[in-house]
Amino acid sequence: MNAQTLISLGRSLLPVLLRRGGQALAVGVLVGMLSFLMMRWLPGDFAYRIAAGRYGYDLVSAEAAEAVRRELALDAPWYVALAGWWQQLLAFDLGNSLVIGTPVVDEIRHQLGHTLMLAGAALGLSLLIGLPLGVAAGLRPGGWADRLGLLVSVGLRAFPPFLLGLLMVIVFAGADLPAAGHGEAANLFLPALTLALGLAAGSSRIVREAIRNVLASEHYAFAQTKGLPLSLAVWRHALRNMALPVVAYLGVQLAFVIEGVVILETLFAWPGIGHAMVHAVFWRDVPMIQGTCLMLALCFVLLNALVDLLCLALDPRHR
Amino acid sequence: MVDVFLPRRRALLLGLGALPLAACRPGSETLTQGEIDGQTLRLVGPWEITGLDPSRAGYLFSRTEISETLVDLDDHGHYVAGLASEWSVSADRRRWRFRLRPGARFHDGSPVSGTAVRQALEYARVKPGGLGMVPIERIEAGEFTVDLHLRQIFEPLPAVLAHSSTQILAPDCYGASGSVRRIIGSGPYKLSLLEAPQRFAAEVADTWDGPVPAIRRLHYLAVGRGESRALMAESGQADVVYGLDPASWQRLRGNPRLQVQAVHLPRTIYLKLNAGHPLLARREVREAISLAIDRAGIARAVLRDESAAASQLLPPVLPDWHDPALAPLATDLARAGQLLDGLGWARGADGIRRDGQGERLALKLQTFPDRPELPVVAAAIQEQMRQLGIAVEVAIGNSSDIPAGHRNGTLQMALGARNYANIPDPSLTLSQDFAGQDSDWGAMGWSDPELATGLLSLQGAAGERARVAVRRQVTATLQAELPVIPVAWNRLVAAVQPRLAGFSLDPFERSYRISRMRWQS
Repeated sequence: MNAQTLISLGRSLLPVLLRRGGQALAVGVLVGMLSFLMMRWLPGDFAYRIAAGRYGYDLVSAEAAEAVRRELALDAPWYVALAGWWQQLLAFDLGNSLVIGTPVVDEIRHQLGHTLMLAGAALGLSLLIGLPLGVAAGLRPGGWADRLGLLVSVGLRAFPPFLLGLLMVIVFAGADLPAAGHGEAANLFLPALTLALGLAAGSSRIVREAIRNVLASEHYAFAQTKGLPLSLAVWRHALRNMALPVVAYLGVQLAFVIEGVVILETLFAWPGIGHAMVHAVFWRDVPMIQGTCLMLALCFVLLNALVDLLCLALDPRHR
Repeated sequence: MVDVFLPRRRALLLGLGALPLAACRPGSETLTQGEIDGQTLRLVGPWEITGLDPSRAGYLFSRTEISETLVDLDDHGHYVAGLASEWSVSADRRRWRFRLRPGARFHDGSPVSGTAVRQALEYARVKPGGLGMVPIERIEAGEFTVDLHLRQIFEPLPAVLAHSSTQILAPDCYGASGSVRRIIGSGPYKLSLLEAPQRFAAEVADTWDGPVPAIRRLHYLAVGRGESRALMAESGQADVVYGLDPASWQRLRGNPRLQVQAVHLPRTIYLKLNAGHPLLARREVREAISLAIDRAGIARAVLRDESAAASQLLPPVLPDWHDPALAPLATDLARAGQLLDGLGWARGADGIRRDGQGERLALKLQTFPDRPELPVVAAAIQEQMRQLGIAVEVAIGNSSDIPAGHRNGTLQMALGARNYANIPDPSLTLSQDFAGQDSDWGAMGWSDPELATGLLSLQGAAGERARVAVRRQVTATLQAELPVIPVAWNRLVAAVQPRLAGFSLDPFERSYRISRMRWQS
């Protein structure tokens, strides 16, 4: 790689990195503030909620709640609490969970791995399912594969993830697949497949459009004219052009992934960041909510940046 | 050039693709053991590890025999030796001496000393649980003894010292200000993996001085959804699943590949009423509501267990308190209607009754979903009270809304599930609920001086004959006055794989009795 290539590579990467870096900062500020304020706006007494989270319904009492209030200085005005969080954050400290008591950063480190594993497996599976179906549909638009694909993807997309998840559990429970839990590789399969089906429903349609456009293009017509067999023509002259909208669409689907992860982790007892967030909201564990939201938001920005870079790598016109 | 993928770009693409995968390895915990093999007992339950502190999820570590309490209970609810091999009480009954089991060691190898026990108890005194109720003057530690000096006589002390919030952890577990950072107990199992809030694993401790348990390793996983837990039992993914919901219980009872066991708990689903509220102040109203509740119907249709209908507040599993001779709570909608007619509450055009001033008889019922049967039972009660002519709005919120509503006086009715033997002597929970002002989960705007005196006398040195009389009087008063209205008795249901032998359920939920189990050969 010579110096000139390096410079041109840097020139095309720099705007992406700068833009996404700025976004990460803005998202961090906004998410931290909003999650804090929304928790403050919720009805109900903080001290009681935290006490219920800590001690459970058998031991939660007014005494326990007052002890929590004293321990955590919950009577302090909201701006003092928010300033405290910002001060901690600037020192790269996310604080401690109000319920479990451990540092939020340790909890997130543990959960994020599980969430990324689930999201990664789901994305991988969705490509395995969506790509061939989309290609089959796109090769013969209006054919039976196309029409069936449309029907199934509309149906799958219309199902909320938790309902699809329950159906999957019921369908696969007889097949000796683990219904919930973690610690064994097989535990990943059902939640990942549930998420993947929803994703594949969208991406297969995008693939179908992409392949249809490519097949109608002049360069593909040329590849055929020069006598390449169908498989080679698709492999060499259609796949890469087709990949561009599909990869770009992955960025859009990340929102679906995050939504799905929050719901499905609870359903499948998967110890990820979404599961932790649902609990933290129920318990009013503000540092935990701020930490998990911040982490999900940053992941969102980071993955979008990766999608940008991937598109840059795929499409020479932007370089 | 035919190949469109240049090697350099291919490497870039591969690198980008691999990034998320590289980040996929879950962060390793401080303890990385605890892998599951064929000999590991896999337990699944609804209870999450919401904190290591004995007052939080500490009960999970005492149930799995990782940690011990000074006093233990046998299967009949009698006090037996735990970490304390014996105890004695001074003549004035204000000094209790607990002698620690010789040879008891914590899992870090250090002996269980009087000083360690005193430290654990001092921390437990200032946290929720039971020890805060005990009038302790001071705690003194000998080498292998602990003395509790009391300001006044407190006979239920052994019950408090059998509660999981008073479990004894090694001194090394506590951080600044008494926060618990790790679990080092003294029981037959020691913690080998901890991933809060969902799972932990334990294995036989080489420091254990008793008979070596047949089950060498265990793994506990918290699964919040009842349906998921039931499916894990069906698919053989768990050896024991605790806490089956009524529908799953009914389904799994017919499964030949599983054993399903159930035990009555000393826990009652009940309506808490604000007797200070103008609509609920009269005893006749509370009786009318009680008569309108179809307990048999709720037991059959919601809880799928005919024996769950509560005939009185305290269930038969508490034989000292349950009085089989007492006339059971009845359902009689006509009689209930007559009671309200007698108060001048006539039905309006919408079927809802109104008082003389024309105000509708409308009440709010609060409950919480932590116990999944509660919202369904609340809906049944809503309909049954509508038939009586009382409009009920059901609000499903957080369990803490009930003590909070009690304290600020806004609560009207609440549906809860109270474990009267959470501390194994029910007199303590009953005193909290019916003898004081701050009965967060008990009576509201109602008091009975005789009952209060009776309950508090059980903490003193009364003889057994007097105690029996007080318990009978308490049970009868609660039945007649209905400061809370009993609805149903709870069961604990577990599904067990047949390869496990020696399984049994503890109605006091103090222990999973793992050291008594073994694998079927």
